Amino acid sequence: MEFSIYRFNPDTDSAPYMQSFTLPDDQVEPGMMLLDALLLLKEQDDSLGFRRSCQHGVCGSDGMNVNGTNGLACIMPLANLKAPVVLRPFPGMPVIRDLIVDMDNFYRQYREAEPWLINDSPEPEVERLQSPEDRDRLDGLYECILCGCCSASCPSYWWNPDRFLGPAALLQAARFIEDSRDQATEHRLERLDDAYRLYRCHGIMNCTQVCPKGLNPSKAIGDIRRTMIKRSV
Amino acid sequence: MKLTTRKFDALIIGAGGAGLRAALQLSNADARVAVVSKVFPTRSHTVAAQGGVNAALANVLPDSWHWHMFDTIKGSDYLGDQDAIEYMCRAAPKVVYELEHFGVPFSRLDNGGIYQRAFGGQSQNFGKEQAARTCAAADRTGHAILHSLYQQNLRARTHFFDEYFAIDLIKDEAGYVLGVVAFEILSGEPIVIEAKTTLIATGGAGQIFRTNTNALSNTGDGMAMALRAGVPLEDMEFVQFHPTGIAGRGMLITEGVRGEGGFLINGEGERFMERYAPQAKDLASRDVVSRAIAIEIREGRGCGKNKDHVLLDMRHLGTDTIMKKLPGIREMSMTFLGVDPIEKPIAVFPTCHYSMGGIPTNRDGQVVVPVKDTPEDPVPGLYAAGEAACVSVHGANRLGGNSLLDILVFGRAAANHILDFLKENRYHRPLPQASVDQALERLSRWERKGDGEAVEPLRRELRKVMEDHCGVFRTAEVMQEGVDKLRVLRERIENAVIRDHTQTFNTARIEAMELENLMDCAMATMCSALGREESRGAHSRVDFPERDDERWLKHSLYSLLDDSMDYKPVRTQPVTVESFPPKKRVY
Repeated sequence: MEFSIYRFNPDTDSAPYMQSFTLPDDQVEPGMMLLDALLLLKEQDDSLGFRRSCQHGVCGSDGMNVNGTNGLACIMPLANLKAPVVLRPFPGMPVIRDLIVDMDNFYRQYREAEPWLINDSPEPEVERLQSPEDRDRLDGLYECILCGCCSASCPSYWWNPDRFLGPAALLQAARFIEDSRDQATEHRLERLDDAYRLYRCHGIMNCTQVCPKGLNPSKAIGDIRRTMIKRSV
Repeated sequence: MKLTTRKFDALIIGAGGAGLRAALQLSNADARVAVVSKVFPTRSHTVAAQGGVNAALANVLPDSWHWHMFDTIKGSDYLGDQDAIEYMCRAAPKVVYELEHFGVPFSRLDNGGIYQRAFGGQSQNFGKEQAARTCAAADRTGHAILHSLYQQNLRARTHFFDEYFAIDLIKDEAGYVLGVVAFEILSGEPIVIEAKTTLIATGGAGQIFRTNTNALSNTGDGMAMALRAGVPLEDMEFVQFHPTGIAGRGMLITEGVRGEGGFLINGEGERFMERYAPQAKDLASRDVVSRAIAIEIREGRGCGKNKDHVLLDMRHLGTDTIMKKLPGIREMSMTFLGVDPIEKPIAVFPTCHYSMGGIPTNRDGQVVVPVKDTPEDPVPGLYAAGEAACVSVHGANRLGGNSLLDILVFGRAAANHILDFLKENRYHRPLPQASVDQALERLSRWERKGDGEAVEPLRRELRKVMEDHCGVFRTAEVMQEGVDKLRVLRERIENAVIRDHTQTFNTARIEAMELENLMDCAMATMCSALGREESRGAHSRVDFPERDDERWLKHSLYSLLDDSMDYKPVRTQPVTVESFPPKKRVY
């Protein structure tokens, strides 16, 4: 099976280039994921750089651009990919080396969303109660693994990564706005009420299309907007 | 070369649940704390924990911390230290309520309380009816906890060194541990992080086995660092094989599936656990269920054309329960097996999952070593918590739902003791240059060029040796052969080379250094297993099939020097209640 992989090592390369790799047929097994293939290719060339850890789509390390679409290598069946498989680092993020990108700005925008529960009332000695219906409102929001597939596929984030929070961070914002235990909804909405932070989302929906966990940041952003409008009337 | 040096009150190596829980406690107390992690914190393997965390909240069925304590001791096959177990079970409800206050999105009961499910080895009334003690956020509890802890640390402004690889501990002549030499993965630049206290929270070493449920990053880095600093590892022979890894691949299928009512069937369609554990059936302890599966397959009652696995059936639970309580399992099963568990059972096989052993600590998280007549003398400034540590609350077999509890309780306890230590040790001690140089030597060793074996084939061989020679069933002969093979491998690893010698994000170098760590952990496991001539918990000796309390109710201690074994007594005296003496273990 043929691969074409983006290579760049700032220590030795003046410019990035695409390198061809071949995975011999006898190494291709049924049920193999793209990450399994990458690990074998790394044996051919140990300088091939990519992040990976859990191997089953929960740690969010191995996000990359595969045949033009962002996804997690560990849960992409090789059999579904058209050869030569073209692998590139996430678009719109600075490349550190090969398939490894600098995610600092992505994490900074995550922190901008203040992704922690704020509740200043006295702490009970037991759990705070939450009805199953209220808890259900967090489904589809809390499961984000911060892989970055969504934000790295969002044209609005590409153009304004410094000012637009991006789908991943906004999904987190929604997760806390929706949490019945959180008391800072007003504060959160105020921080988001900005032409860039929230409103740079133009509903392109790439985020929802690529999310490897099947989440829907686009809907979450829409919900925040609706809450915002309700609050202003 | 001028080395960058940073100074903190407290250093934490590892950003999983134990490290982040400790960091939060320290940051909230205004200590200057640094967390070093080779992966971005939310990528730590705590994120993969599924089923939940045990605490006797009694939200669903009657419960008490004392019953939890009994179950844990019985589950440990009486090798767990009863003082630490009492401490953990008593603290459990408090740490779970704290998590809830931190924002963990637990699943909820109709009355708004935290949802709890049944898990293996749990009982009411000291061994009677099944209990429901495992607090869950669907089947993504680890993810929910890790992310919430990270978020709380962001709020508390904990200082993170993300993507830094710790090389070795810094230790002075007097035996104080004074921090770590690490390097920034991005630039390849070494850095000295000085600290008055160092907490090792680097997780387990599941990657020493070929088929495992663990992340590729679970390479026992902290355990190996401790070994090289002269600290022995405790009870490393006790490796948990989780009964339900995805057959042939290893991904974890939570015990919560059986907790919700799922069951195992063999090739004859029989619910075979009824024969092995008449009362608890599919919810017997993990060691019991894993052995039962291995026996079924060995005796020709496996499923599939090679009869090499059994099936986990949850169809009768119904679409609603599966979608609501086990959505992650369904997703994974569809991804890796192409099977929707709503319609078909899943192929499973026992898979290396968890290191019960680790760096010996007391219940304050202090690392303790034998010195002359004292089996447990604290190493000043050094702490360990979580899977990297051995308190020991899991003994010879860990109960499902007790590992998330362990990381929270002892991450927190270690932090509290660190705060006390800091009050009495206000100043940094002088940095011993020799210790720093030694660590740097480990880094520069991989600059060696020329001929030599590559890292990955050696890693593969190591894992194969462990699987073939130290698996579910063990004998002296097979393990002795294993030790010999490991010794040869150790020499070959010393001569291995990498081809990539650049500085920027050099993953080849990281994998090479991880291999060295795996090697040390593998040797500790095999030597400890060869030493223990009895069967207890997860350690099954075909040549010594019975538990032998007279000779072996003691903890193993493996030292890297000469691969030598030593032993220390089990702490059978709890803190406030009566001891549970060893009994025959029936489920």
